Amino acid sequence: MKRWLVLLLLLVSAAAAALEPIKFTDDAEETRFRELSAELRCVMCQNQSLADSNAQIAHDLRMQVLALMREGKTNREIKEYLVARYSEFVLYSPPVRPSTWLLWFGPGLILLGGAVVLAVVVRRRADGAPATPPSEDSQEW
Amino acid sequence: MLPELGLVSLLLALLLSLALSVLPMLGAHRGHGPWMATARPLAYAQLLMIAISYALLTWAFLQHDFSVAYVANNSNSLLPLEYRFTAVWSAHEGSLLLWVLLLALWTALVARFSRALPAPVVARVLAVMGMIGLGFLAFTVFTSNPFERLLPGAVDGRDMNPLLQDVGMIFHPPLLYIGYVGFAVAFAFAVAALIDGKVDAQWVRWSRPWTNVAWSFLTLGIALGSFWAYYELGWGGWWFWDPVENASFMPWLVGAALVHSQAVTEKRGNFRGWTMLLAIAAFSLSLLGAFLVRSGVLTSVHAFASDPDRGMFILIFLALVVGGSLLLYAIRAPQVETGKPFAATSRETFLLANNLLLTASAAMILLGTLYPLLAEALDLGKISVGPPYFGLLFILLMAPLVLLLPFGPLMRWQREDITQPMRWLAPWAALAAVAGVVTFFAWPEGTAKTAFGIAGAVWILGGTARFMWQRMRSKGSRFTAEMTGMLLAHAGVAVFVAGVFITESTSIERDVAARAGDQFQLRGYEFKFEGVEKHPGPNYLADRGTVRVFRDGQPVAVMHPEKRAYLAGGQVMTEAALDGSLSRDLYVALGEPLDQSGGWALRLYVKPYIRLIWLGSLMMALGGFVVAFDKRFRRPVVTP
Amino acid sequence: MIKRLLPLFAFLALAVLLAAGVMRNSGKDTSAIPSPLIGKPAPAFSLPVLGDPTRLVSGADLLGRPYLLNVWGSWCPACRDEHPVITELATSGAVRVIGYDYKDTTEEAQRWLEQFGNPYDLVITDEAGLAALDWGIYGAPESFLVDASGIVRWKFVGPMTSEVVRDQLLPELEKLK
Repeated sequence: MKRWLVLLLLLVSAAAAALEPIKFTDDAEETRFRELSAELRCVMCQNQSLADSNAQIAHDLRMQVLALMREGKTNREIKEYLVARYSEFVLYSPPVRPSTWLLWFGPGLILLGGAVVLAVVVRRRADGAPATPPSEDSQEW
Repeated sequence: MLPELGLVSLLLALLLSLALSVLPMLGAHRGHGPWMATARPLAYAQLLMIAISYALLTWAFLQHDFSVAYVANNSNSLLPLEYRFTAVWSAHEGSLLLWVLLLALWTALVARFSRALPAPVVARVLAVMGMIGLGFLAFTVFTSNPFERLLPGAVDGRDMNPLLQDVGMIFHPPLLYIGYVGFAVAFAFAVAALIDGKVDAQWVRWSRPWTNVAWSFLTLGIALGSFWAYYELGWGGWWFWDPVENASFMPWLVGAALVHSQAVTEKRGNFRGWTMLLAIAAFSLSLLGAFLVRSGVLTSVHAFASDPDRGMFILIFLALVVGGSLLLYAIRAPQVETGKPFAATSRETFLLANNLLLTASAAMILLGTLYPLLAEALDLGKISVGPPYFGLLFILLMAPLVLLLPFGPLMRWQREDITQPMRWLAPWAALAAVAGVVTFFAWPEGTAKTAFGIAGAVWILGGTARFMWQRMRSKGSRFTAEMTGMLLAHAGVAVFVAGVFITESTSIERDVAARAGDQFQLRGYEFKFEGVEKHPGPNYLADRGTVRVFRDGQPVAVMHPEKRAYLAGGQVMTEAALDGSLSRDLYVALGEPLDQSGGWALRLYVKPYIRLIWLGSLMMALGGFVVAFDKRFRRPVVTP
Repeated sequence: MIKRLLPLFAFLALAVLLAAGVMRNSGKDTSAIPSPLIGKPAPAFSLPVLGDPTRLVSGADLLGRPYLLNVWGSWCPACRDEHPVITELATSGAVRVIGYDYKDTTEEAQRWLEQFGNPYDLVITDEAGLAALDWGIYGAPESFLVDASGIVRWKFVGPMTSEVVRDQLLPELEKLK
């Protein structure tokens, strides 16, 4: 990570105004907030979720998310708001769309392909397999 | 003077590794005894030279020799002694030297413990390991010289990253590297067998113990890294699907598939080709990991400073090693399947399915980790792939594995009447289901997720217990080390699964604004904040908080979260306070001061059963070690 | 034989991707997030001028001539490194430079400018950092090039160097002519 980013982060977190813990109106709001901010990426400390990051910008964005929640915006609208400003990078979970089909469906296809290969291999090797299970004594460990 | 000697030793080692790569291989090719016999001495000599070089670098750190650029960048006159040892591997050049040292160590160990092997095999295996060592030594000497001088020498160093000034740093990288590098042994055996053309089960028997030990070390390294991140980073996570974490997890998964495949090939002669491919894949993923961390291609908190020249060097090396071995595989892999035939329901098939699932998971992680790169290359925008992706897909791929696991040990080779193990396991399946339902309703904070975790763990433990009972009944408690290791490792999986699902579904956290005397309730625990005071450390000044924890009025713990300002670099680190037991962890981290009046933001966590995650991992690692000591590996082979 | 070559081909494809990655990323800041504002109108804002809080400046006020919005703060060491480059750019007259004082207090900002010089045409302040969210700002220094009709043309994350000015900014300015 570039040195300036690191220094920036640390100086900001040290000199910034207090990171006030949030007072939620109720448990449901708290749960929704935590879940939503866990689905967003901190744009500064990029390998942390928005929920976990201590960066100043993460705090600002969390406050903004809360404000938008209280304005009545849906989770989707809040995500769109952030994507319009910070690009899709801010989504921790990549959206499912043509550019990410390979990502989301690739593993399933790999598994399927592997299963097909497995079936072929097993079919081929089954020729000559004993008709009944072998006796215990022939089983070596 | 001494640093220059360090470089000279390294150059000598480079020459020795060149000789090791060439002479024994030619000797094996021509049947020339004396040339083959050079392999062992060259391996020992190489280790000696690298050890000297490493010792000299360590000495430079211990002596605070800031005229060596690497020392100046990663150490400081205030750095405590133990961290001066670990600072050697805290950044790119030194950690590379550690990698090289450990590779030389494995090579020497193979040289030492291979008396039973025929000379051409030893010669080829050591030569392949020599080639790998040659590549890494060349990389070190030509692009990443740790002994480069800083002239004029720095007055004081820039200090080791405070995040790394911790006991975890002492063990995590070495354990991890021992694992990574250890896969080179299985790789070398596979490649030697391909070159030789004799790809029978013999080489697999020889390489099994080495592979198990390497895998176990990798397990320990990853588990320790996870635990360290958990207590060091201050926000309670234990796995982040960070690219560099993924880089260690992929070889682990493939390595797990490899040890299973090797078992089949050794016992039954089947899957020779698959085993070979997995051996190549496991080490290739280790190399890929090294590439990802050091090339700057991916952003990660773990990544060393990036340098495209270094990146290209490793990539070319990677291409030669992996491409070369895969080409060799394409040409020389066995054409004919050996081993006895097996039916669709048989232990062979189940183990194939096991390996498919493990490999598919590794492939998924590779896809997700590299996808941002792919998207950028194809101009699809800056996409980020995070835990929601990896976590979800990993669970989807591992669920079938959890379901199938108890069957494997109970199935016979070649053909099994599937109703039999199903009958045996049915009561355990029922027990697991009941446990799940009970959890869902009786566990206070339990959710469906908790229920699934408990059910899965009970299912695996039950199936494992069933095998144990069966074995005790039929063969009079004669358990081979292999079986014991297997039981331990599989039980470890159950414990791990339980830990993950319980903690992920029932952990609770709270951010509070605390003034001295304030008390907070969380899950039946009372956290009493007593205030924060200044507390000097060896090379830092800390704001040290005191939080007393009570449960039902009884004192449970006194916790001291800290915020440390390191004197050398000015960095501020949060040191969370942890009170842990097997049943729960209490975690308190200091946030920011609220205002001038002494109030602080605090983050409080209660994490039930999180330690099961690392206990399970420890069990898996131990299982792997135990298997390696099985007597079968010291017996001469009887080909089936 | 093809079946046995499959792993090799798969690996070669991977190697090509990685090579492309290494070459593309050399010299770049891989953590910089590309701005989704490029080609779109600059976000609406109304921020006070440094030292004169009653005077508000909005995007509309800045139409008619291109400007470089330079995000900085007195707490940001890299901004100090970048400042000579900004100063040179401003004095050259190539483009007017508007300072965006981010998450700073008035006293600290003014003291910083006194110490390092004030090359800006104008300095607006965003003490709370809320308006910055609309710009997708996440740290300092960052710079945006906005054209005469208020469309964002270019963004740079991190301290600008003379090379960046020469190789990226000036060509962008040329395009606007």
